[in-house]
Amino acid sequence: MDVILGILINGLATGMLIFLLAAGLTLIFGLMDVLNFAHGALFLWGAYAGIWLYGQTESFILGILAAIAAGAIIGALLEKFIITPVYGNHVRQILITLGAMLVLGELVKVVWGPNLIQAQPPEWLKGSWEFGGLILIKYRLFIIAVGTVVFAGLLFLLNKTRLGMTVRAGVMNKEMVEALGINIKRVFLFVFLLGAAMAGLSGILLGPYSGVLYAEIGLEYGILAFIVVIIGGMGSVTGSAIAAILVGVLGAFAAYYVPDIAMAVNMLLMLIILIFRPQGLLGMKEAAKQ
Amino acid sequence: MTLLKVDAIETYLGQYHILQGVSFEAKKGEVTVLLGRNGAGKTTTLRSVMGLAPISDGVITYNNKPIHKLPTYKISNKGIGFVPEDQGIFNDLTVEENMKVAMKKKDDVTMERLEWILKLFPDLKTFWHKKGGYLSGGQKQMLSIARSYINSNDLLLIDEPSKGLAPIIVEKVMRSIQEMKEKTTVILVEQNFMMASMIGDRFYIIDDGKTVHSGDMKELKEDEQLKKQYLGIA
Repeated sequence: MDVILGILINGLATGMLIFLLAAGLTLIFGLMDVLNFAHGALFLWGAYAGIWLYGQTESFILGILAAIAAGAIIGALLEKFIITPVYGNHVRQILITLGAMLVLGELVKVVWGPNLIQAQPPEWLKGSWEFGGLILIKYRLFIIAVGTVVFAGLLFLLNKTRLGMTVRAGVMNKEMVEALGINIKRVFLFVFLLGAAMAGLSGILLGPYSGVLYAEIGLEYGILAFIVVIIGGMGSVTGSAIAAILVGVLGAFAAYYVPDIAMAVNMLLMLIILIFRPQGLLGMKEAAKQ
Repeated sequence: MTLLKVDAIETYLGQYHILQGVSFEAKKGEVTVLLGRNGAGKTTTLRSVMGLAPISDGVITYNNKPIHKLPTYKISNKGIGFVPEDQGIFNDLTVEENMKVAMKKKDDVTMERLEWILKLFPDLKTFWHKKGGYLSGGQKQMLSIARSYINSNDLLLIDEPSKGLAPIIVEKVMRSIQEMKEKTTVILVEQNFMMASMIGDRFYIIDDGKTVHSGDMKELKEDEQLKKQYLGIA
């Protein structure tokens, strides 16, 4: 039983990390109709910039702020120079954002070198608590707590504030939002920066969780986030949260019990869900028809 | 006093030359009706005024200032409300949320206006927490009109409010526009001539993307030849 609970917590922590990355991606797709394959690069730069500053200052909080800032700044540049010229054209979006992903991945190697970078949790998050035979690793609980707070914050923003309602309205009908006197481009930018900042946050949280960083994590986690967005339903934050937890938990169990097929589990899950719900868990039917 | 002046505008939708010289004026406090057959260019005219279908030639002035080069949200913020042909309801948002997205301020004037609107359309109050997608066609139309009217707009552009509605709902919508007429200027695109003639003060007939006739609504009511020629009304 303790083993199962331990795997569950591990899976939940992984799921929350993926959720932080996927939430921004799903909003960016839902509102802006942009397929941003460079989203993983924001995660990557957040991880490297955050862990670097954490190493320099020994303050994990400063590292988190640096990761969020790195994600948001690179996100702003990406939106202005790479994505704005290809609005409305999915093929070009895929090509140019994949290119940006590769370039930003290589740039990380230029700035921080090609070698693995070690990352440890801060002192106050090291160690574990023990309840009976169950060992709860503090850092994993921290990731779950951060993910839960961000999820609750996103739900509050989207459902209880005018800005959030505008974002949801924009997902449905951008033209009408503009006709009501709202600058939709500014809303786009806000959503993009929010998504980019969350990707940066997710990046630094991964560092001490996996123990090492390398330039390829951007693409690896970026693909995982896309799988989560597709399973959850494009544009749905709650769908992404459910899908991320499913992917995280199933992945953790598969890695423990059937490690040979652990890599295939996510694809299998996506396949099964798409057969029965082509629009994803909480996606709108119209999206599947298009 | 002229509030909106549309002068020889031309609009392309893709490769199609839809508007080929539409001109009209909307005078303050009046209901100006744009009439014409299906596909004549009435809806495109309203969308061009809102900047949703940008014009390639001509001039649009509002309060004597050009607005045709402004983005849609700036045109709206000049005080122009828009009720599109498809109503533009945010289906996944409740009636309350649809109104909140539209409300630019939360001051006393806006709250009084909201109260007035809810008296005018009691259905909206009844279904305040219901999602827009679950409303009937008539309720959606009421919500769309209410949303455009909640801010103190000086001009409302309303595109075919009677389309697809039952006669009893059409009557309700018509009464509401009549009441709004006392507080704001309206440009109405309408196929339902009965409705248009009852609330309109001035008319313009658009045919093949051009303005071909204009005048007082009273005159049109009596001009059987004109009605037959351009509106297909015998």
